[in-house]
Amino acid sequence: MADALSSIPTGHAAHHHGDYLEDPGGLKSWLTTIDHKRIGLMYLWSVTFFLIVGGLFAMLIRLEHLTPGRTIMDAETYNRVFTLHGIIMVFLVIIPAIPAALGNFAMPLLLGARDVAFPRLNLLSLYLYWTGALMALSTLFMGGVDTGWTFYTPYSTTTGGGVTMIVLAAFVLGFSSIFTGVNFIATVHKLRAPGMGWFDMPLFCWGMYATALIQILATPVLGITLLLLVMERVLHVGIFDPQLGGDPVLFQHFFWFYSHPAVYIMILPAMAVISEVIPTFSHKTIFGYKAIAFSSVAIALLGFLVWAHHMFVAGMSIYAGAIFSFLTFFIAIPSAIKVFNWIATMWQGSIELRAPMLYAISFILLFTIGGLTGLFLASLATDVHLHDTYFVVAHFHFVMASSNLFALLAGLHYWWPKMYGRMYNEKLARIGCILTFIGFNATFLPQFVLGSRGMPRRYYNYLPQFQGLHVASTIGSWILAAGLFLALAVLLASFRRPKGMVDNPWGGKTLEWMTSSPPTTHNFEGQPVPLHGPYDYRPMPSAPAAGAHAG
Amino acid sequence: MSEATTTLPAAPEHPPFLQHHYRAMGQQFDAGKIGMWLFLVTEVLLFGGLFVGYAIMHAKHPAAFFEAHHQLSRTLGTVNTVVLLVSSFTMVLAVWSAQTSKRKLLILFLTLTLLCAATFMVVKGFEYHHKFAEGLLPGNFYTHRGDTVPGQFMFFSFYFMMTGLHGIHVLCGMGAISWLLRRAIRGHFSSAYYNPVDLVGLYWHLVDMVWIYLFPLLYLIS
Repeated sequence: MADALSSIPTGHAAHHHGDYLEDPGGLKSWLTTIDHKRIGLMYLWSVTFFLIVGGLFAMLIRLEHLTPGRTIMDAETYNRVFTLHGIIMVFLVIIPAIPAALGNFAMPLLLGARDVAFPRLNLLSLYLYWTGALMALSTLFMGGVDTGWTFYTPYSTTTGGGVTMIVLAAFVLGFSSIFTGVNFIATVHKLRAPGMGWFDMPLFCWGMYATALIQILATPVLGITLLLLVMERVLHVGIFDPQLGGDPVLFQHFFWFYSHPAVYIMILPAMAVISEVIPTFSHKTIFGYKAIAFSSVAIALLGFLVWAHHMFVAGMSIYAGAIFSFLTFFIAIPSAIKVFNWIATMWQGSIELRAPMLYAISFILLFTIGGLTGLFLASLATDVHLHDTYFVVAHFHFVMASSNLFALLAGLHYWWPKMYGRMYNEKLARIGCILTFIGFNATFLPQFVLGSRGMPRRYYNYLPQFQGLHVASTIGSWILAAGLFLALAVLLASFRRPKGMVDNPWGGKTLEWMTSSPPTTHNFEGQPVPLHGPYDYRPMPSAPAAGAHAG
Repeated sequence: MSEATTTLPAAPEHPPFLQHHYRAMGQQFDAGKIGMWLFLVTEVLLFGGLFVGYAIMHAKHPAAFFEAHHQLSRTLGTVNTVVLLVSSFTMVLAVWSAQTSKRKLLILFLTLTLLCAATFMVVKGFEYHHKFAEGLLPGNFYTHRGDTVPGQFMFFSFYFMMTGLHGIHVLCGMGAISWLLRRAIRGHFSSAYYNPVDLVGLYWHLVDMVWIYLFPLLYLIS
């Protein structure tokens, strides 16, 4: 493996750096760090915290639905709980989870770079995230928010509580996301290792690049929309208020112009992780490298043309509806291209069912269910029936929540030895994955049935005949929570194991495996140069061995 | 791969403004430019949302917008347009001075740009003051009497949101130019390193360009 990499001297004085986790030490060195790996880890733990908070709200929602009528909370509280669940999960968990946490940690390593292009902007992005998070949580003390995470007008401009504050929080979080996007695009353009062309990049970087494109092109529109909403609430400027001559549907157009592409901010990074994990554990070159790379960019661009499929029943012209329906079907093509390429990669590979691979395969299954049920909603006639029912809830949890969660966990289990230099208990990690997978399906498969039978989303109460499926879904949520806590416990338990034993536990071929685990502050000794493609699993003259250091 | 080695600086000497994770000044310069252009894209989209909102509301209430825009002073608007165009020109000259290592000229042109920006804000301040006195305020606070067409208040909602957001950008630009001025006085910039001047210059041109669109949209409705 030593021939996989040649190290060349750089113009910098050769300081010797220690392990990035400990050199330098102290809380202050972490809070003022500009090291992409540390910022990635701080994002990771912040996201984990909010995943637990948002997850607790989800558990409360499911518990409330155990029986029709009141179970544990009143209807007003219920509205606030599902709103906060949505806002926390979308803006504080799913959007930053993979790009800001795993992307920050792994992408410069995969590119053979020392850091991202703008390290201080990266730190600023983290602080904006924390600011936005505190602003969002502060609404708990302002009487909560009951608009749903979509903030639809005119309700959001008239209801009380902390709507203004949480909308401003989403605005701040948007800038955090934009800064990450700016950083990643400049990093991919300028900081690839010498000799690494665009098509020599690991596919993870293509996925991050496509994500960053959406973050830059869509988020500012959300920013201005949210500012207009605040103006409408505070000053009654009239743009969204029909009584003053405005148009409330205009808000929906503005909102979904961001928020539909944002769905791809959530799914593209997940696909990027999967494209790394599948070839590593199939020990085989990725099938259709360029098809996967270009399909990421295609999804990013097509994602801007489909926003109005959220509004088929909002009084849109039938011709516009037909066009948006067609475009929505069209976007299924690049997604399917990826799925077929992953399966073709596994075909005749020597598959190793380690924990990251199990998560990746679960992802493919769940994403396929989520993607195919999306086609029901894309067709105009069925959407009229299914719109705003539990079918939609189940669909977007399969594509956004499950895919993102399973890819996050796949990536986390994959790069954990690189992050902390420690291995977790493989067997328990696999059990965690299986439990989470069962729990997820048990929670959301019944909701497809509920929705198709007419159970509307966001309703507090329901008819008695729906109770059986609601109970099944609630029990599923307990299994899901148990699986996630087991996964977290397994990872945390690894801290009791020895450090620095393996640099390359999976026999990976990309550059991050060519440095020590955990890496030094400057990632590599000298400047690494890739001498073969990122997924070159052809037999090597020297047998692959774990623990090859750079140089 | 041996040719990759030769393109890298092997000498241990380290340019003073080269950050640790770049291999050479050229790479750092290009990365900064990409970053700034991307940021400008986000700015265009941010204003773009407002422009779309304005266009839709204008299309819904053409008569009200036409009536309301007579309250604006075309003279002051024109003066401000000229002031900003001149400031863009002095900014270009400032970038040129930095590129050619002319420190004194750089300080002069940055100061002139800053003065133009301040002039713009003062004129804008007079305009705002006049609107406040007439009760031509956004939303709830609109108290102007004698409107002939209903819905004129919405024009002023957009007027204040658009010029307000633009004004904030001018203020940020003034902050950035002052920072450049301080560094220019300390002699940081030369043909070897003029990255920040170039980037702030790009930003300043965007701020001007937004005004070039705002001026006809708000002041010259026909």
